[in-house]
Amino acid sequence: MTGAGVNAKGAAMPRQAEGIRWFKYSSPQTFYPLAGKLIPWFATLAAALCVAGVYIGFFVAPTDAQQGEAYRIIFIHVPAAWMSMFLYVVMAFWAGVGLVMNTRLSSMLASSLAPTGALFTFLALWTGSFWGKPTWGTWWVWDARLTSELILLFLYFGFMALQAAIDDPRRADRAGAILALVGVINVPIIYYSVQWWNTLHQGASVSLTKSPSMAKAMLLGMLIMALAFWMYSIAAVLARVRSVILERERHTEWAAEEGARAG
Amino acid sequence: MNWGGWKEFLAMGGYALYVWGAYGVTLVFLCAEVILLKRRRRSALEHVTRYHARNAVQPHEAAP
Repeated sequence: MTGAGVNAKGAAMPRQAEGIRWFKYSSPQTFYPLAGKLIPWFATLAAALCVAGVYIGFFVAPTDAQQGEAYRIIFIHVPAAWMSMFLYVVMAFWAGVGLVMNTRLSSMLASSLAPTGALFTFLALWTGSFWGKPTWGTWWVWDARLTSELILLFLYFGFMALQAAIDDPRRADRAGAILALVGVINVPIIYYSVQWWNTLHQGASVSLTKSPSMAKAMLLGMLIMALAFWMYSIAAVLARVRSVILERERHTEWAAEEGARAG
Repeated sequence: MNWGGWKEFLAMGGYALYVWGAYGVTLVFLCAEVILLKRRRRSALEHVTRYHARNAVQPHEAAP
């Protein structure tokens, strides 16, 4: 052995520290200030993309030949529906990581994702309802797509209610994780519901395997709004996880300092 | 440009209720979440401060 191995004791320390750096931000205390620094960036991006997306949606994208102006709901409906499913998968992922690896920050992230996910699920249902009335003639129909999306909303509510009902945070994390992981099965059901069943809801206009079946400006507006909602979600979840960290770490010295500094 | 003027824009080709009903509620809920997040942060900070004020050991009180 040559080189690094020779001056064993002294040289081994910094190398080990480098390896540990990967996990540095898995501690709530170090993640807290990092999240605080990231929030303004994501919030600004969200606002800018939202303005651009709404502008394209209303002023660039042409009137639809069949649906007239009613179709403009698409620019919030589809991104909200995407986010509702995506956030659920991310929530279940972090809840699962927290369950298996016993990392508290992962579980705190999962808890912080739930309200924003529930919000986008509600918005997907609400905007869908306001789109369904003029195009289908009904606010609601119990078809597979709508029903499975409603179940997603109940899964989010169930996750939050279960966690709120258990006093010990680590037990609440574990119980929530199991519910979240079992509920993941609903996400592919929502996604494929329009293929598996005969639904009133239309099939996907945008998919990974086919070229999109819509005008370029419509597609662009929709994708920009999806990015806007994505950035918004990151900013909102980071803001919430900071509060969750403070709530759970209130007994620590650093939390006291943060309380004195920011309170 | 799709619209002849403000009136035409607001009328949304007869779908004003649906388009603005969808967009309006989305805007209200997103703003509400931001407000709730700010409130939660304030209350979390207050709780931390109160916790440490309550648990601070006063030197003359510490002795039995």
